[in-house]
Amino acid sequence: MDVKPIKIRGRLKGDTASIKCLMPHPMETGVRKDLDGNKIPAHYIETVSCTKNGEVFITADWGASVSKDPYFGFVVNNAKEGDVIEVSWKDNLGNTSSGDLTL
Amino acid sequence: MQGTLTRRRFSQAILAFAALATVPLRVFARNDEAFKAVNTDEAMKALFGDKPMTVDDSFEFKVPDIAEDGSIVPVTVSTEMEGVKSISLLVDANPNPLSARFHFMPGAVPEFKTRIKMGESSDVRAVIETADALYVSTKNVKVTLGGCGG
Repeated sequence: MDVKPIKIRGRLKGDTASIKCLMPHPMETGVRKDLDGNKIPAHYIETVSCTKNGEVFITADWGASVSKDPYFGFVVNNAKEGDVIEVSWKDNLGNTSSGDLTL
Repeated sequence: MQGTLTRRRFSQAILAFAALATVPLRVFARNDEAFKAVNTDEAMKALFGDKPMTVDDSFEFKVPDIAEDGSIVPVTVSTEMEGVKSISLLVDANPNPLSARFHFMPGAVPEFKTRIKMGESSDVRAVIETADALYVSTKNVKVTLGGCGG
């Protein structure tokens, strides 16, 4: 699979930052069928991790029912200019991707 | 003799390091059993055992009343509660109700926005977990076009 990077955007307001991520990913549930009636195998992001300057502050476990090309918004507190926010995911096939942003 | 000792000490060090490294991973390991559960009760049990749950509609839990497209149902959960460890999102009528679980490290802001798939109209539940309690809020979402059949 061609793994695409996470698109990440955010704005620092005072000492908090609202971060928005878009993660291009098929998020196949495993119950859908293609036009020939063959099951499309499950393929979805299982875990997500958010770090600030390398330190994990939010992680997420997902099932296949998170929408295709997942959107994930979260808030970072005690943030300041220059902080590096990184988001990464791992899917059920072992693929990984990430994206980062410097506030 | 010297060689074996060193080797043993070396392997002990490796084991000790491995144990240290896996502890935090295990704490936040994905609960696959809960994600595979086929109904909400089973998923809740896999997530929280028999811990009692309090109904709480005071935190922000935003879903649309009517979702025209079940494949992208926006969800926001946010709370002022202190010491939130995790927030889980479950859709009763989905084949596997547990959709997502977010873990917050101490001090992190317990809030998220995401989009989920819903096969049909259903109750959607948000469960907030603190060190000693569980709080649940339930909203019904009417889906006019299912999101799981494609």
